[in-house]
Amino acid sequence: MIKTISRLRYKYWPDHIFGEILQKSWMETAVPLAVLIFTIVFFSVQIDNFISPSNMSDNFRQASELGFVVLGISLVLIVGGIDLSVASIFALSNLLVLYCMHVWQLPLGASVSITLLGGALLGSVNGILIGYFRMRAFLTTMVTLIVFKSIHDLINVRVAVPISSNFPDSPVWDIMGYGSILSIPTAVWAFGIVALFSHILLTRLRPGWWLLAVGGNRRSAYNIGLPVNRIVALSYVASGVLASASAIFYAARLASPGADTGSGLEITVLTAAILGGIRLGGGKGSVMKAILGTLIILLLTNGLLRMATPAGTARIILAMILLMAAALDIRWFKNRHKAVQEMYVSPAYLELPHLPEDTTAPNAAFAPNDRLKAVETIGLGMIEAPEDVVLDDYDNLYSGNRHGEIIRFFAPDYQRHEVYARIGGQPLGMTFDADHNLYVCVGGMGLYRVTADREVELVTDETNRSYLSVIDDSRLKLADDLDILPDGRILFSEATVRYEMHEWQTDALEGRGNGRIIMYDPKNKKTTTVLRGLTFPNGVVLASDKQSIMFAESWKCSIKRYWFDGPKAGTVEMVIDNLPGYPDNINVASDGNYWLAIMGMRSQVFDLAMRKPGFRRRMAKQLPGDEWLAPNINTGCIVKFNEAGEILDVLWDMDGENHPMITSMREHKGYLYIGGISNNRIGRLKLDGVDETFVSSGKYHVG
Amino acid sequence: MKNLFSSLNFDQQTIVTILFAVLFVVFAFWLPGFTSTGNLLELVRSVSVLGILGLGMAIVVIGRGIDLSMIATLAVPASLVMTLAASGYHPAVAIGAGLLFAIATGILNGVLVAYAEIPALFTTLAVGIGVAGIGQSGMFEYDIVAWPPALDSIAWIGRGKIFGLPYSILAFGVAALAVHIFLKKTRLGFFIYALGDNLAAARISGIRVRPIIILQYVICAVIALFAGLVLAASAHSMDTRIFNLTWIYDVILVVVLGGIGLSGGRGGVMNVIVGTLLIGTIVNGMTILNVSYQGQNLVRGLVLLTALMIDSILNPRNEETAKQGDI
Repeated sequence: MIKTISRLRYKYWPDHIFGEILQKSWMETAVPLAVLIFTIVFFSVQIDNFISPSNMSDNFRQASELGFVVLGISLVLIVGGIDLSVASIFALSNLLVLYCMHVWQLPLGASVSITLLGGALLGSVNGILIGYFRMRAFLTTMVTLIVFKSIHDLINVRVAVPISSNFPDSPVWDIMGYGSILSIPTAVWAFGIVALFSHILLTRLRPGWWLLAVGGNRRSAYNIGLPVNRIVALSYVASGVLASASAIFYAARLASPGADTGSGLEITVLTAAILGGIRLGGGKGSVMKAILGTLIILLLTNGLLRMATPAGTARIILAMILLMAAALDIRWFKNRHKAVQEMYVSPAYLELPHLPEDTTAPNAAFAPNDRLKAVETIGLGMIEAPEDVVLDDYDNLYSGNRHGEIIRFFAPDYQRHEVYARIGGQPLGMTFDADHNLYVCVGGMGLYRVTADREVELVTDETNRSYLSVIDDSRLKLADDLDILPDGRILFSEATVRYEMHEWQTDALEGRGNGRIIMYDPKNKKTTTVLRGLTFPNGVVLASDKQSIMFAESWKCSIKRYWFDGPKAGTVEMVIDNLPGYPDNINVASDGNYWLAIMGMRSQVFDLAMRKPGFRRRMAKQLPGDEWLAPNINTGCIVKFNEAGEILDVLWDMDGENHPMITSMREHKGYLYIGGISNNRIGRLKLDGVDETFVSSGKYHVG
Repeated sequence: MKNLFSSLNFDQQTIVTILFAVLFVVFAFWLPGFTSTGNLLELVRSVSVLGILGLGMAIVVIGRGIDLSMIATLAVPASLVMTLAASGYHPAVAIGAGLLFAIATGILNGVLVAYAEIPALFTTLAVGIGVAGIGQSGMFEYDIVAWPPALDSIAWIGRGKIFGLPYSILAFGVAALAVHIFLKKTRLGFFIYALGDNLAAARISGIRVRPIIILQYVICAVIALFAGLVLAASAHSMDTRIFNLTWIYDVILVVVLGGIGLSGGRGGVMNVIVGTLLIGTIVNGMTILNVSYQGQNLVRGLVLLTALMIDSILNPRNEETAKQGDI
């Protein structure tokens, strides 16, 4: 009963989704969005008419003005600095544009250009000091805040009266101030365009990426050759320009040369940026976050104002929110990866059929023997991690290694070897087509091809994305083994979509159906997922009817058969459901049966743990990864089975001296060539009484 | 470059002392009334408060922090003391309450910096605004709090004279001696240097750095309260809007010009004294020259910018120990 509940709970409750959602980058924008919604709801309940059309239009106009400055400070924050002087740049620009319009009576275009240029100049003071003299951003901009403010105050007493006594005659200026286009305030249009451009800049254009790179890691950015000083300096210039753009709209709306223009603005915009989720310290941030932060802070200050909060209290509330947001931001970023790591591993319920106790008894199907003791070794110490082996028409032997190379051993004695091709990643399953092209599944990269001229080509590294998957499963993470169908299509397995190659043990601990079988069609170069939800699909081989494949599901200890053509197309049948170990690659044998590598044997403890997902979850959360239970992969064997799922033959090496670990084997002209991913050698075993002309790759596919 | 400096023994402290002497002589000759007794006493009085604040800031800066909330902590707890004393509480109770307020502010700063790991500049800026906000929102009846007669028993700290010297300079002297002993003769003082020099190394060698960071801000807040009482006693009142002013930049100037690098782990009380003398003289000279308030701010800002630039050249930030995002 409890077992059933446990099984149903782990089958239908999507544990893995929480970790995957937490890992998503849009999660960082989701939090400020939630805060914004909470703010709106809170003030709508507290204040009547908080969301009236006129109030909203007014709010949006102010939000756009504020938004320019927040966007500017966000750019600076993204680069890893801070700009407090925006408040004074704003105030000075306000005076400048008013003086241009009111006193000098310059045309609008000239006034705006002069003001923006002025903002750029003031920003470049910060930029030069911080970017080129490498001064501390916070103190420097705090001092320039005071300096600019003093200049503003000195000028203001002289220009306030002339500004107030003249008025510009410019209808466009009035429209900028309080007009609307299509009933949306002009300032909102302007901000929208600037925000859109900034978004494209940050997400799509190289200069934007440079900003993020410098903020993410200044030293690395320098090392890859970015002009770090210039990028930092330019971010302050941008901030100055945006602050003066904001001041232009402010001036057009209010036309007021007030003495305390922009006072306290730096705290407001900083709070907005931090609340929006732009990281203090750089490297993270987006335009969307800046906009969200602006809206939150504007609604908050307006709401507090309308609730008649005293200025002092409003200050305290603002300061508290600023500190809380900063603390949350810093703690969250420091511990995020730990939280994600703990949440991400989500074991599932996996019940394996009971293993008969006498599986390896002297007379049983898997009775141990020493027939692999006769294995000769090839390339001892010259190859690392040969997961799969394959032979060509001239009997040369090929194998991948840990360094991402394909090594060729020359026939007939396999004493000499060379690097046949360099791909990268970890080459796993391999096979030749009829034209001597070598197709290779590369862990971490996808499906590759080494042509007969030794050119490395990408065949495919992505498939169609599942609609309901939270993680992006379109990229191939762990392509494992493949076979080529008679018409040239390729079927290959991807062991897991949730983990990288080196994390295969974690996938074993999860025991969830994270893997899939994928079809590549060379005619239209389309890659489609044909089977999903498989538990670490591993070996793939074309069955003798040429309409189906046999494939192994490692953690389920089973072999299944999938029909891609013919009357049973699309169906899957169980062939063997209760192997005593974890199956790996499968290949054809000369007698029409199949060779299967067993990479490790099951143990009662691990089988039991697979039925206790809660236990494994606690283990994953509380213990370091190297103390987790893992499937045993040090002893294995080679099995021959037929299509009915009967075990015909078993080869063991009880001492494990000649060939300790087996992930693959391939029959070729009377010999069995054996690979093992943790070995430093390839094995070769003479088979007695077999067809000595049989080859299992290349021409085999033609026939 | 470095060799040249060391062979001539021209460290920052010496340069600043010479600068001060030159400036003093120039002012004495060119500024009418600069050397009058009244002005010199005014100079000493303003210098004392600035110096006391500089001592507090020095402790924090040596521990690689900064405290921008000092002016708020100078104004609000001191005003609290005066308000409580004026409304009939025993002076000891009033001072105790002010002390608790200051310590609470210091702990808040310290916890946010040490445990929440928010940059010190950021924390203390926001805490300063918050503390000033508390002062503004109805704690005091008027913005300017008068020195109550009930506290006259301690008013000598800012007013009295001994051997012709005002007590406030004595207060500065006592505070300087206390801070000097704390920094150079106690283990905690040594630890502050250690964590200012290299926080990670200090932690690895077994120093419990987080409580010490908190202590550093608490001491700074208490010193600010002391400075506030001295200031209020000598001026007979406390203006709670003072936090709005740019005084904090003077304090930072004192520390930076005196030669305590903002990258932490270096400097001592002597640097504060030298820096105080120089800044006090400049400010006093500008006042006599009748430079407007905005003009003074402009000059201070430019001097501070120059000082910061020189500081960033003389004490470049160590890329090995500087934290990413340390703004």
